[in-house]
Amino acid sequence: MQKRSLVPILYIFFLMLPIYWLVAMSFKTTNEILSGFSLFPQTFTLEAYKTIFTDPTWYWGYINSILYVSINTVISIAVALPAAYAFSRYRFLGDKQLFFWLLTNRMAPAAVFALPFFQLYSAVGIFDTHLAVALAHCLFNIPLAVWILEGFMGGVPKELDETAFVDGYSFPRFFVAIFIPTIKAGVGVAAFFCFMFSWVELLLAKTLTAVEAKPIAATMTKTASSAGYELGLLAAAGTLTIIPGAIVIYFVRNYIAKGFAMGRV
Amino acid sequence: MKTENQKAWFFVLPVLLLVAFNALIPMMTVVNYSVQETFGDNLFFWEGLTWFEQILRSDRFHAALGRQFMFTALILIIEIPLGIAIALSMPRKGFWVPVCLVLMALPMLIPWNVVGAMWNIFALPDIGLMGYFLNHVLGINYDMTQDPVAAWVTIITMDVWHWTSLVVLLAYAGLVSIPDAYYQAAKIDGASNWSVFRFIQLPKMKNVLTIAILLRFMDSFNIYTEPFVLTGGGPGNSTTLLSIDLVKIALGQFDLGPAAAMSLIYFAITLLVSWLFYTLMTKDDLN
Repeated sequence: MQKRSLVPILYIFFLMLPIYWLVAMSFKTTNEILSGFSLFPQTFTLEAYKTIFTDPTWYWGYINSILYVSINTVISIAVALPAAYAFSRYRFLGDKQLFFWLLTNRMAPAAVFALPFFQLYSAVGIFDTHLAVALAHCLFNIPLAVWILEGFMGGVPKELDETAFVDGYSFPRFFVAIFIPTIKAGVGVAAFFCFMFSWVELLLAKTLTAVEAKPIAATMTKTASSAGYELGLLAAAGTLTIIPGAIVIYFVRNYIAKGFAMGRV
Repeated sequence: MKTENQKAWFFVLPVLLLVAFNALIPMMTVVNYSVQETFGDNLFFWEGLTWFEQILRSDRFHAALGRQFMFTALILIIEIPLGIAIALSMPRKGFWVPVCLVLMALPMLIPWNVVGAMWNIFALPDIGLMGYFLNHVLGINYDMTQDPVAAWVTIITMDVWHWTSLVVLLAYAGLVSIPDAYYQAAKIDGASNWSVFRFIQLPKMKNVLTIAILLRFMDSFNIYTEPFVLTGGGPGNSTTLLSIDLVKIALGQFDLGPAAAMSLIYFAITLLVSWLFYTLMTKDDLN
């Protein structure tokens, strides 16, 4: 038993190493970083964090990212819920084909779509808004949300629906008051995945924004190239991008294993 | 049993409209570019299938495609068995389970360009933790900006770091769904560890492993941001994967026609291989 637990411990140690390095570097001065190797920060400084929290181009990056990620999560879950219900409960013309087509959208490389997306959203007139990024991320998040929710809904017996209708519930009331609470773990997991994939994606987010809705990750790349190579600042900004993910993952910790299996175990 | 109900279309309509808006219109734009030539100023000339022929015959495309397949094959060969092994050795219940799962999932929640930047800092020869350790403690001459082998080792290690947890979590979900009675029966039969794995655990993990392999294939085949930030495709062209090459052609040289044709070929290959994987892995279920 002791020997067996060594494997996950070693693996987690390996996972934490680059993260530790990023965090450690964010507390070092630029001088210390460039002058040589040190395992721990010698002169502990919060200078980099101070810059980020006082400079609007930096902290607006975070607000922008969180805004479009939240809008995307809400839209994705709202439209995916009824669709997943339809897929899990009914047969209809072209259902299997439609389901497969939805999944193929995860296979298209974002690099392929970058330029056409830019043209499309400029033509519609919402280029450089949070809504543009949120809508664009629906491309891969809606299929995923439908897939996960359908898996969770498949585990709910049909008798639940039938009993509710016999008891005189209308469909919308049944769906909101009974069905959604029953699968709330699935909704949580699906929301987590939408948040995650929208948060980590950068290529489309960067293509669709210029100033007003620029994500934090894009601010980082611009700074890296324009103001020389400020490693400490870059590391601090990177460290801060890990935090929202860590908070969100904490909330779904008990469902995470089943969630990753898309409810299909 | 599912009931037949055509009104279910109204339930899927919002999804259909939103995804179609994002998928079909840009896709048609790409198809449109792929058969035309442009010299700017929105002037387009019909080119037919010239670009497709040119791409399919070009050595540059073959080289990038070869590198892409090598990358995907390597990460699958490493991540799938490693993920299964880690999942097998994890505790099944208790305080440590959520702790392990949360820590393991952490790399997946870091924005992709931060992952690239992070590994770049980590691998710097004299001031990065890994670079310093390899060069000055182990005495290996390691510099990924100069040496293609070092660059490859770095991007493979980065992807293993980034995504093995996905396989772990999926395999783990499959494992915890096995009832204890199965293990007790195996114990009574005097089954070895290997036969427990081969005849109880592996079949139970089959569904989730299918998902794992498919997701890992699709995502690694489309990978762009992390290797682009880490190595920029270099040194030379040694780590220029398919997406990186595509963006170079489309935005670097602004050759929209060839880039669009390449996108479509790329997408077709991804679809075809995913479909092959899917049919091979679910073949037994159908019989």
